[in-house]
Formats: sequence, structure tokens, C-alpha cells
Amino acid sequence: MNSWIARFLTSSIGKKVVMSLTGLFLISFLAVHLAGNLQLIGSLDGGQAFNEYAYFMTNNPLIKFTSYGLYAGILLHAIQGILLWRKNIAARGTVRYAVKNDRVASATKSSIYMGSLGTVILIFIIVHMVQFWAQMHFTSNVGDVTYAGAEYAVKDLYTLVKGAYTNIWFVIFYVVSMIFISFHLLHGFESAFQTLGLNHPKWSPLIKTIGRAYAVLVPLGFAIIPILMYIENQQS
Amino acid sequence: MSADNMTLTLKIWRQRNATVKGSFETHTIKGVTSHMSFLEMLDVLNEQIIHAKGQPVAFEHDCREGICGTCSLVINGFPHGPQQYTTTCQLHMRHFKDGETITIEPWRSSAFPIVKDLVVNRDSFDRIIQAGGFVSINTGQAQDGNDIAIEKDQANHAMDAATCIGCGACVAACPNASAMLFTGAKVSHLAQLPQGQVEASQRALRMVEQHDAEGFGRCSNITACEAECPKGISVEHIARLNREYIAATVGSTK
Repeated sequence: MNSWIARFLTSSIGKKVVMSLTGLFLISFLAVHLAGNLQLIGSLDGGQAFNEYAYFMTNNPLIKFTSYGLYAGILLHAIQGILLWRKNIAARGTVRYAVKNDRVASATKSSIYMGSLGTVILIFIIVHMVQFWAQMHFTSNVGDVTYAGAEYAVKDLYTLVKGAYTNIWFVIFYVVSMIFISFHLLHGFESAFQTLGLNHPKWSPLIKTIGRAYAVLVPLGFAIIPILMYIENQQS
Repeated sequence: MSADNMTLTLKIWRQRNATVKGSFETHTIKGVTSHMSFLEMLDVLNEQIIHAKGQPVAFEHDCREGICGTCSLVINGFPHGPQQYTTTCQLHMRHFKDGETITIEPWRSSAFPIVKDLVVNRDSFDRIIQAGGFVSINTGQAQDGNDIAIEKDQANHAMDAATCIGCGACVAACPNASAMLFTGAKVSHLAQLPQGQVEASQRALRMVEQHDAEGFGRCSNITACEAECPKGISVEHIARLNREYIAATVGSTK
């Protein structure tokens, strides 16, 4: 590797730029993911729209290509985040403060707990992917359906998701995980811009407002899906 | 406003040198007036300890005017005490209550090893400055005043950064023990002045490299540094450092 690239990627600023760019990529992914998943609510067609969407998302070459980038982005963000977290604990020294009051200026207090929040989110992602993604890709637990007029069968992911959310504990797990994501985004969104040097009296208040709204609304959107599906299941 | 005859309990970190383990020592001090500065209160305590044939508490101080950056101390969990925009020497005892217990600790960071008691070695800051926190000027005939034009707004912003007194409160406050506010203030100060342009790109690269080598933590934009900085230096200067660093990486030949 060219020495200046290595120098950048190993420097503290280079590492935070990587955290920022992967973070922004994951933030944009959340919006796409939410838009697709909202089709799960109030499904009148027995999940046809959602299943066809899932088929498209797993078979379209462009989306498939992007998804590999997404896996890499998650891993890079998580692994480097954990390494930075450990590095920062070491930088504090062996003796900790007996009394420490954390005051912050313009950031939110969740900035102090990004490592812990991120770790919980990583565990959530692993459980989430084992439960849906891995079951669909690597097991025969997900049946095929062929809709009228279709030339090919699609996996019935809708039934799998619906089944999962009959379990109140899964519903609680998903909702609680979204609270962790919300707090992580509350700092992550605006911090990503600060890292890139985008701090300006004109744009910074705008970035903060949009970021904080995003951090509340997107996890809220995700959280209502298991809640509503659980209620639908109870009623049917 | 507190009474003029306060009795305080002080829990003070005592450590003989960098290699031995330290611990807290508790002292009671009587007759503290609200007009004393925090350091004057410690002076009185040291007199009391010396009279009792004990070892006085070592702490750093110099100008006692809030401008030199020598005093430190984490007081009740706040670097330079609970009062914002104030150095310890300018912190007055009127901010404390009679009968209160005050915990006094040194800056804690692996890049600031303890010398004795509350005194830490801040040479790592000097080495960051040596790496690039300077400008090279050919001396000779004195220049005319206002010879080098600079916009007033920009001069103000440079001055905002230049108010950094290098005390290290940013490191003490940062949950990551990062010195990015210090490094950012120094880079931002010179990057905004015409005189600083010659070394601009090298400065950002070298100072960040030195910052990292000293074992400071990595900034994650918590902004605790800005909240505790006695000069209220904004994290906006860290953003400028990031811009300078990224620009130097992709734009300079180094």
C-alpha cells in the first residue's frame, strides 16, 4: 500500500473518517430498509408485495453487489469501533477517576456511550440476521410461493416474519434494540459530519435538527412493525 | 454566597512518584473564606500540613491570573472545578458550601504521567507543538503595521483558537483522553492566519501524527472538552483540523 494511504488509514483522523463514511452508509441503508419493511404492516395481499420485494432485493445484481458493500461496511464499522473503544479505554490510564462528572457542549450525552450502544446493536444485528437472513438463504425453513401470473416462485419471507412476531419476547427484543439504535444515531448522525470537517454556523444547526429527527423517526418506524404485526396476529 | 468561616473535608490524591501506587488522603480544613481562590485554600491546607510536620500536597500553579495554563486539578469530577470557563486559580471558594466534601484528583491520562500528587507531566503537549505548532518567519527589517492583510472575522476566529492556554483540561475531561481540542486549536489558530500558510499542510499531518504517538485517545466528538475548556474553545476547531488533515492528505505532495 502507498505509504500516504497507510498513514491516513492508521491515523486517528483517518480512522474516524472511516467510521464516519461507513456510518453514513449504514444510516442511508436504514432508510431503504425501513421503506421496504413498512410493506409488512397491514398486508391485505398476504404478504405478496413484501415477498416480491424481498425477491427483488435478493436477486437484483445491483442490489446484491451493494449488499456485499453493506456487509463489509457493518464489519468495518463494528470492528474498528471496538478497536477504537479499547484504545480509548487504554488512553485513560490504569487509574480511573474516583469522581467524574461528564458535561458535554454541543453533542448529546449518548456520545459517551457509543461503544456500549454499538456493541448491543452488533448483537442485535447478529440475532436479526440469523433469524431472517440466514434462515432464508441457508435453510429450507422458508417455503416457496408462486403468485398468480408469476413465472417464478418466491420465498415466503412474510410468513417467517409473521411467525416470529407471534412471540412477544421477539417483539420486545426488536423494540428495545431500536431504542439502542436511536441513541446511537442521535450522536452518530451529527458526529459523522463533524468528523468530515463539516461544521459551519449555517449548516450545523440544520444537520443537528435533521439528524435528531432521523434518529427518533427511523427507529420508531422499525419499532412499530413488530408491534403492529403482533397485534394483527392476536386479532386473527 | 457561602459563609466566611467554612469547614471543608478534602479528599486529595497523594502519590509519591510516577512508579508507586497512589491513594486518597482526607484532610479537614477550617476557616476557609468565600473570597479565597481554590489554590489559596490549598496554600492554607499546606501550611496546616507543614505545621503538623507532614508532606505538603504538590500541585501546579504559576500566574494565578487564569492565563498561563499551569494549574490543573479535577475537582468533584470537573476539570478546573464545577464553574465553567474558569481555571482552578480563578475558581473561588464561594462556589462551595460549608461542610462540603471536595474530591481533588490529577488529570488522568496515560499521556500525562503523574509526577507527584496532583502534578502531571504535560511534555506530550510540548512535543505536539514542536512537531508543527509554529511559523517560520524570516527576520530582518520590522514590517509596517497592517502590512499583511487579514479579514477581521477571520482574525477573530484565529484568536478564539489562540486563547488555548495548553492546560490539558480537554484531555482530562474527554472520556477517550483525546487531545484533539488542543491539537485542533493550535492547527486552527495558525491555519487561519496568513503567516501560518507556509507550513499549513505539514503542520496538520505532523501534529496529528505526534498526537497519536503520544498515546492520547481518539476523538469521537463527545464535546466534553469544549464544556470543560477554561477558555471555551469550540469543537469547530477540531472540524477545521479534520479539514486541514484531509486536505493535506489528498492535496499535498507529502
